[in-house]
Amino acid sequence: MSGHSSYTPKSGLGKWIDARMPLPRLMYDSFVAYPVPRNLNYAYAFGGILSIMLVAQILTGVVLAMHYAADTGLAFNSVEKIMRDVNSGWLLRYMHANGASFFFIAVYIHIFRGLYYGSYKAPRELLWILGVLIYFLMMATGFMGYVLPWGQMSFWGATVITGFFTAIPLVGEWIQTFLLGGFAVDNPTLNRFFSLHYLLPFMIAGVVVLHVWALHVTGQTNPTGIEVKSKTDTLAFTPYATMKDAFAMVVFIAVLAYFIFYIPNYLGHPDNYTIANPLKTPAHIVPEWYYLPFYAILRAITFSIGPIDSKLGGVIAMFGSILILFVVPWLDTSKVRSAVYRPWYKLFFWLFVIDAIFLGWLGSRPAEGTYVAMAQVATAYYFAFFIIIMPILGLIETPKRLPNSITEAVLEKNKGGASVQPAGSAASPETKG
Amino acid sequence: MKTILKGLTALGLGLTLFSNMSFAQEAHVTAEPTHFPMIKPAELDWSFAGPFGTYDKGQLQRGLKVYTEVCAACHSMGLVAFRDLEGLGYSEAQVKAFAANYEVEDGPNADGEMFTRTAVPSDYFPSPFPNEEAAAAANNGAAPPDFSLIAKARSVERGFPTFVFDIFTQYAEGGPDYIHALLTGYDQEPPAGMEVPEGTYYNPYFIAGKSLSMAAPISEGQVTYDDGSPETVDQYAKDVSAFLMWAAEPKLEARKATGFRVMIFLLLFGSLVYLTKRKVWSSVEH
Amino acid sequence: MSVHETSDQSRRDFLYVATAMAGAVGAAGVAWPFIDQMRPDASTLALASIEVDVSALEPGMSLTVKWRGKPVFIRNRTEKEIEEAKAVPLAELKDPVARNANIAADAPATDDDRSAGQGKENWLVMIGSCTHLGCVPLGQQGEFGGWFCPCHGSHYDTAGRIRKGPAPENLAVPKFEFISDTTIQIG
Repeated sequence: MSGHSSYTPKSGLGKWIDARMPLPRLMYDSFVAYPVPRNLNYAYAFGGILSIMLVAQILTGVVLAMHYAADTGLAFNSVEKIMRDVNSGWLLRYMHANGASFFFIAVYIHIFRGLYYGSYKAPRELLWILGVLIYFLMMATGFMGYVLPWGQMSFWGATVITGFFTAIPLVGEWIQTFLLGGFAVDNPTLNRFFSLHYLLPFMIAGVVVLHVWALHVTGQTNPTGIEVKSKTDTLAFTPYATMKDAFAMVVFIAVLAYFIFYIPNYLGHPDNYTIANPLKTPAHIVPEWYYLPFYAILRAITFSIGPIDSKLGGVIAMFGSILILFVVPWLDTSKVRSAVYRPWYKLFFWLFVIDAIFLGWLGSRPAEGTYVAMAQVATAYYFAFFIIIMPILGLIETPKRLPNSITEAVLEKNKGGASVQPAGSAASPETKG
Repeated sequence: MKTILKGLTALGLGLTLFSNMSFAQEAHVTAEPTHFPMIKPAELDWSFAGPFGTYDKGQLQRGLKVYTEVCAACHSMGLVAFRDLEGLGYSEAQVKAFAANYEVEDGPNADGEMFTRTAVPSDYFPSPFPNEEAAAAANNGAAPPDFSLIAKARSVERGFPTFVFDIFTQYAEGGPDYIHALLTGYDQEPPAGMEVPEGTYYNPYFIAGKSLSMAAPISEGQVTYDDGSPETVDQYAKDVSAFLMWAAEPKLEARKATGFRVMIFLLLFGSLVYLTKRKVWSSVEH
Repeated sequence: MSVHETSDQSRRDFLYVATAMAGAVGAAGVAWPFIDQMRPDASTLALASIEVDVSALEPGMSLTVKWRGKPVFIRNRTEKEIEEAKAVPLAELKDPVARNANIAADAPATDDDRSAGQGKENWLVMIGSCTHLGCVPLGQQGEFGGWFCPCHGSHYDTAGRIRKGPAPENLAVPKFEFISDTTIQIG
């Protein structure tokens, strides 16, 4: 993005290091001089928030692992020992458990922001795909982490989710046994999940580096969706973006702290405070809240389609609902990037957000009666949004007039209502800083 | 941004007010119920609720008395150690004396035999049964659950939209509310036409069915209080629920006190960061 | 004009410094629980005191118990062992300090100060961890008839005092007391 480096080491030591391993130069170019569009709003702060959350989860996880025992006979009690006896243990565990939820809240806002402003469109397809990959790894990490406390929901969640694989014809049973290391969720499962739960965050960190690298090659999008054209379109990352991100982080952390200190079990499930019992299933199994939309999609498929029975169909739909994100850059045919200038896309986008939240709520309901029918409608819209609306809308929609540059958009907006521009070009509230 | 913040504030305030209006839960007791509990527990006033909640130590001590004299005959509390009882306001010597009432198994000794000895503060509450199978065998096949975490392991689902309001009211007392409702819910008669299985006892507040294997465990006057509190089932139920909440969440007071300091800090720090951000951005149009 | 600019600038600088300082305070506050969790937890500290029944120990017999994860030697010494220990002049000792947690930190390493004291001088209670690098010494071995650490060859006498080898100090005597004639409380 930036042409050549503007870093000039000031001290002798700085020059010495710069000649040998220019890490300070890389840092300076990436996080100080790096130009960002001047019109970024707070929705763009979630990338920074997510990196903070990843670090926080790794740090709290590392210290929790100092006290945790990955053994079916010890796991539950070792977690309770953290809560009762370890100094500040209750705080660290609640930070980790609620931090996981807030990690997902941040990633969902980050993904929706990308969908709204068309951040996946060329030339940022790889950036988007790496992001979806991170999300996929996060889901795997979160799932395995939830098994570790060895409560009833840990056990039965693991049983149900590994059961997805039995839907695969012929080899399904074999795959499940392979994943579990036995015929049911047991000590080998717990041990391998602990090992992988410790490993995957570092893999996520690795993909995050690639994600940020790709970002710094193409540069950030912005609410107008217009590429940066001149120097007046951008500002230096530090202090402008850093301070704005810092403020967003403090607000985000304040909400997280509210949950940690006042309602730490709100996002959890009471059944996970009962030790796992392989002989007794809880009346109503639900996954962690951040998987609920996908759980609803899984259960919405109650019918067979040709040779595919409903079990396999549900699993295909569920994995398909995540995998479809990978091809979004090629599903969207619109020439305009940002939803700000696409009135119809904007409408369908917000419907999609509501649909996703609604699916989440349905996922927490028992799969019976009208809930199933509602889940089927919501699932249909979920897929229609990507497969039908995105490609067709891009061809038929008439976008609003685009400003010529980011600078023009900013100046136009700040002129306010007295503007001589057509009403349609007035920026929506989402573009305000 | 400002409009969004204003909107969020208004939404939060609105929801809080809305939730404070009482939603009278209509008792839905039919002869063939499909969803449990048939009646949702009443929300009580607990001293440990809210952002500045603390345990009422007198109540916890009464609750311990109810637990040891009544519940402990069947229900273990294996994650709680005698030393933890100092959290109830007892001195080290009192805890030592209390622990000395119990015998625990230890060993093996030099001869390879297990032996029993008087409990010391570092020991945990011993279980009334040697193992879960014995507990089940002695109780009609249903092993009484351990009580260490029962106040966090039981909570009646709140339903939409109450669960949204709970974020703002900080409702986290579903466990004690449920335990109190269950203990005081035995005096109700099953509706006409309902069949209650043999050996179980009807209770419309039970979370997993219309009746449970445990008979009404406590009756009026069964436990003697020496602080003048009423010796009623309702009072016993409140005290033991509060005690079980303490057993499940002994660090609650430290958590809320730390939380207050953290929130104050974040408010100040957030304001400073916001002012700095505004200062930095004041020179550019954006 | 220039006055106005200066005050504006100093106000800005004050804001930046205050924000940075608040950030540093916050970072330190967050760091604390991560450090705090390393300290011994409540259940570990609760086991800090144990009671041991020594009624079965005849003179010449030893008992090893575990206290805070380490062995503690309890020995009922024979008359011969006591006499040997008493006969050693203090000047001959490598470490002339008693290393006894029950008495003054600078008390001399006389046999009285090493054992349970007057009237109970046959009792020797010591942490069985060599003061060199923490191996467990073997009882009634070595050149002085006391303890011998096989790891690096330290010799202790019958009062557990270092006499030869690399260990710098006498075997430590933990805090203990006879709570009855036959029961010792350690810790």
